[in-house]
Amino acid sequence: MISDLILTNIDAVPGRQIVEHYGLVSGSTVRAKHVGRDIMAGLKNIVGGELKGYTELLGEARNEAVSRMCAQARELGANAVLNIRFSTSSVTAGAAELYAYGTAVRVD
Amino acid sequence: MADLIGLILNLGVPLAMIAVALVSGRMIESRHYRSIREREATLLRLPAIPSRAWDGAREVAEARMVTGSVVVSSDYFRSLLAGLRNLIGGSVRSFETLLDRGRREAVLRMKEQFPEADVIVNVRIETSTIGQQTASRRQQLGTVELIAYGTAIRYVGTPPPSL
Repeated sequence: MISDLILTNIDAVPGRQIVEHYGLVSGSTVRAKHVGRDIMAGLKNIVGGELKGYTELLGEARNEAVSRMCAQARELGANAVLNIRFSTSSVTAGAAELYAYGTAVRVD
Repeated sequence: MADLIGLILNLGVPLAMIAVALVSGRMIESRHYRSIREREATLLRLPAIPSRAWDGAREVAEARMVTGSVVVSSDYFRSLLAGLRNLIGGSVRSFETLLDRGRREAVLRMKEQFPEADVIVNVRIETSTIGQQTASRRQQLGTVELIAYGTAIRYVGTPPPSL
C-alpha cells in the first residue's frame, strides 16, 4: 500500500502526536470479475488451491478503495488516517464491494 | 452404442474430475503447507499480535499499515465430501484445513510486506465468502477470501534482522 499518508489500524500513530482531527473518511469500490478470470477460476475450482486471479483482483480493488479514502483525507488537509477497517460484501453473484474507512487526522 | 457413450460421458466425466481433484488437491495442499512452514520459520522473529499495545517506552522509527490477502477454493472432491458430510453433520475436516492454510498464508503475506518491522499490532483477520456463479450451488461454499491486516512498527535502534 503506497501512500504519502500514514496509515494505521490502531487509534494513534506510534511516536507521533495528533494535532488535529477531521472525522471519518471512507472509500469504496464495486468490482466485477471478468469472464476470462471466471472461467480460469472455474477450472481451478476442480483442483482447489489459491485462485490467483481473484487474489489479484481483490487486492487491486482494496488498494483502489484505500486510495479513494486517502484522496478524501488529503482534501481535508490530513496527513494520516487512523483506525482503518476493511469490509467486503458481495452485492450480486458476480460483483463484490470493498470498503475502507478510517479517521483522518493531522500529526506533527 | 449411443447409450454406452452417453453412460460413459455421464458417469465418466464426474468420476475423472473426482480422481483429478483427489490427487492434485492433495498434492497442492501438501506443497502449500511445506511452503507455509518454511516461511513461518523465517518470519518467526516478527510477532503478529491482536492486541493494540506497543512498547511506548521505545522510540518508534516507522509505523505503517500492512495487509495480506488470499482467495482460496476447495477442490471438487472436497466439495463432494463436504456435501456428504452435510447429511450426518460433524466437523468438515477438508474445509478446516483449507481455511487454516488460507489464514496462515494471509498472515505470512502481511508480514512479508514489512519484514524489517519489530512487531505487528492490532492484527485482524477477516473471512468473506465470494459469491460465485456456478452451475451447482454447493460449490459456492468453496471460494473464500481471507484478509489479514495490522499496524507494523519498527523501533529505533533495533539490530538489523538476520533474514
